[in-house]
Amino acid sequence: MMGLLPSFETILQSIAAGLLVGCTYGLMCVALGLIFGVMRLINFAQGEFLMLGMYFVMSVVTIFGFGSLIGPIPAILVAIVASVPVFFVIGSILHWAMLGRIGAGQNLTEGEVHQAQLIMTLGLSLLLANGTLIVFGSTPVSLDTPLASQAWTLDPFGHGDILVFLNKGRVVAGVVAVIATAALYFLLHSTDTGRRLRAAADNPVAATYMGIDVARSYRVTFGMGFGLTALAGVMVATFYPFQPYVGLDFIITMYAGVVLGGLGSVMGSFWGGLIIGLVQQISSLVLPLQLQGTTVFIVFLIILLIRPQGLFGRNVERA
Amino acid sequence: MFVGQTRTTYIAVAMFGVAYVALVLLTRNSYYQLMLTLVPVWAIMGLSWNVLSGYSGLISFGHGAFFGLGAFTTSLLLVRADITPWVGIPLGAAVGSLAGLVIGAITFRLRGHYFALAMLAYPLAMLHIFEWAGFQEVSLPMKRENAAAFMQFADQRWYALITLSLLIVTLLLCIRIERSRFGLSLLAIKQNELAAEAAGIPSLIWKLKAIAVSGALAGVAGGLYAVVLLVVTPESAFGMATSAQALIVTMFGGVGTVWGPVVGSLILIPLAELLHAQLGARIPGIQGVVYGVAIILVITKMPQGIVWALKDALAKKSQRTASTPPVTDISAPRPFVPGPEILGVNSVSCSFGGVKALRNIAISVRAGEMLGIIGPNGAGKTTLFNVMNGLVAPSKGQVRFRGLDLIGRKPSAICALGIGRTFQVSRPFLRMTVLENVIIGAFVKTTTDQEAAEAARLAIARVGLTHFEGVPASELTNYELRLMELARAYSSSPILLLLDEPFAGLATAEIESYMNLIRGFRADGMTIVIIEHTMQAMVKLVDHFVVLDQGAVIAYGPPAEVVRKPQVVKAYLGDKWVANAQSQ
Repeated sequence: MMGLLPSFETILQSIAAGLLVGCTYGLMCVALGLIFGVMRLINFAQGEFLMLGMYFVMSVVTIFGFGSLIGPIPAILVAIVASVPVFFVIGSILHWAMLGRIGAGQNLTEGEVHQAQLIMTLGLSLLLANGTLIVFGSTPVSLDTPLASQAWTLDPFGHGDILVFLNKGRVVAGVVAVIATAALYFLLHSTDTGRRLRAAADNPVAATYMGIDVARSYRVTFGMGFGLTALAGVMVATFYPFQPYVGLDFIITMYAGVVLGGLGSVMGSFWGGLIIGLVQQISSLVLPLQLQGTTVFIVFLIILLIRPQGLFGRNVERA
Repeated sequence: MFVGQTRTTYIAVAMFGVAYVALVLLTRNSYYQLMLTLVPVWAIMGLSWNVLSGYSGLISFGHGAFFGLGAFTTSLLLVRADITPWVGIPLGAAVGSLAGLVIGAITFRLRGHYFALAMLAYPLAMLHIFEWAGFQEVSLPMKRENAAAFMQFADQRWYALITLSLLIVTLLLCIRIERSRFGLSLLAIKQNELAAEAAGIPSLIWKLKAIAVSGALAGVAGGLYAVVLLVVTPESAFGMATSAQALIVTMFGGVGTVWGPVVGSLILIPLAELLHAQLGARIPGIQGVVYGVAIILVITKMPQGIVWALKDALAKKSQRTASTPPVTDISAPRPFVPGPEILGVNSVSCSFGGVKALRNIAISVRAGEMLGIIGPNGAGKTTLFNVMNGLVAPSKGQVRFRGLDLIGRKPSAICALGIGRTFQVSRPFLRMTVLENVIIGAFVKTTTDQEAAEAARLAIARVGLTHFEGVPASELTNYELRLMELARAYSSSPILLLLDEPFAGLATAEIESYMNLIRGFRADGMTIVIIEHTMQAMVKLVDHFVVLDQGAVIAYGPPAEVVRKPQVVKAYLGDKWVANAQSQ
């Protein structure tokens, strides 16, 4: 027993872990930021999208002996590269077939359409979680890759008495998350597609007048959100055991990060996720295990109440 | 809805009750008995959610908080203090209601998605706290002696009858709410909170009342759940599934209607249970898949739920012929006799970020006057109205109404003092009748719903819409909607009436008859201020013009004088017309 206060080493360790996990959370939040922050669609199936990414990488590694053929780490790399396009297509089709249909030909207000979409994503969440249960069973899975069980050791002060261990799975996940976020930022800000998406999000009516196909922009945004969520799922799976209902573990984290960053600010969502990761890891130093989950909610509530527009959002409410 | 039809609804509730009792008594299979017990529990939960979220539009993802508190209050009282659920459930309702008030007081400052997400955090935080406190699983003890006094019965059907009777009580309560100023005020808040405030509805108070009732009902549902299932865990009480179930049964059945949650529960709860029993053992997960697909399919076809789809299908398209604008005969308008000042705006400035919307405005409105505020788009006209009725606080300056300082008062309080207003964009409640739409304005000056209905009828007659009293607003023309909005503002019997661009989009003949109406109001002694950006109609109507440009008053005086002033011509037409106007 070391007494009540955690040692300096433990604190450093928690900060390092918080930053790494936070980067992965950041990617999840960026992905949700596209769907929720940009399209203003509350998506309850977001956790299930993440879960699908996890089972995707598991399938790539295990099915048809692919993983044993080329080794688990190359198989994971294949999953990382393939997940975004695969789930982009699935997401676009989902939006085209389901969410985008609501209200077509019916005289509904924007609020009524959002309400219907919300309950539809609840249905989708049930469908995906239980469908996965049927296919893969309820036994928790962990990818036994060398990454999850190995760590790099840092010796920040060069004395060898204070060491920080960095789990390799988390490091790789964090790096991939940062790269994917940077790529998205580039796409949104430096390409015509990105400009169209932002215009459609900012003012759908004006965008229509400028010749932008808003329905298509929403479809693409939803697809990108789905693709990036699945990628985040692939990365989480490398260090976190999962089962079909794992989405519930992450859904609050994602929404908290997006709100913290500010709705509509995609980069803000990344910082939001990073902060949530840090708070969660640091709170584990002082709080009993069962209360650690509570800190995220309490931070979330405090942020909402003090600064509902988020750290990087604008307050645009007008009388 | 507000008046009439009540009888039919009570008959429907009675028939539903009788049919359900018969079904319960005829059911022998204990599994089906449990199902019949759970349907009312979730229907109560759905109605609870509906009272807050369905009517006020503030979507709550956190009703599990109240449900869980009700469940734990009831079960812990029995386990720890040997207090029967007959007392425990009412206490659970009280705890739920109190929690609602506390959560509401904290969270109502948020709107829209932010409110919805904040609500999500409460039950999940409670879940962790209850686990940490050691209540992983609370089992209700079996009482051998005097079981009925502890709400324990050998015959399962008793439970179904108890939950049913509480459902009936809840239904009656919700019908009362829906048809009173309570429900209508919440609907007004849902449509447009600021407009509701301006019509004299104190939104925070109604929202707090709604969440208190809602929390109590969810507490009852939670308490019943504990009694029926005999085991409570933090996950089953506070978990996401509980909060989601309240949304699902209500949205599936129909939001904002008392029958929605009942219909939703009647279909979905047995469906889920049957799937679970029939298929769940063979293929785990299949019940969730079918349930999810059912929700998706129904929402695709009926995005607003079953009850609304049925109502819309059954509603006969009422046969109405194109109406001619009602004409009010007003003899030649009285000459204007200026009274004492009733509204004084004193050096008011207002800025949003870097934009100065108003600069040092001073305006005096005299009793009985008809004042026109004109100016190009973006001149600050609507902002000036917003300052006058309390929607916007000015950065500096005073607004006084009959000697009272208005700054810092809520719009609903200012409406109660006697300032009514209409909005540039009218946002009527399309599914509600004209009478229901107008009655919202009448609440502020009346104490009983009966008086409010009478005041509303008078206002409707005044604008000539009596024939349309029972017609849904969705069937009105643009002009009739404008008249309805005018009636709503008139029904609060204002001393000062603020009209924001009333003539926008109206035909010439319609403008004429609308002008006659307000001339009539003025003849009765009402003071009227009108915003317009076109001058033509206004020249014939008002006593004085105030001309605004870029947030400042650039001219004031009788119409004939003002339209010739060079600065006014310049603001409207640009420099080169000034010379033209001068030469005429």
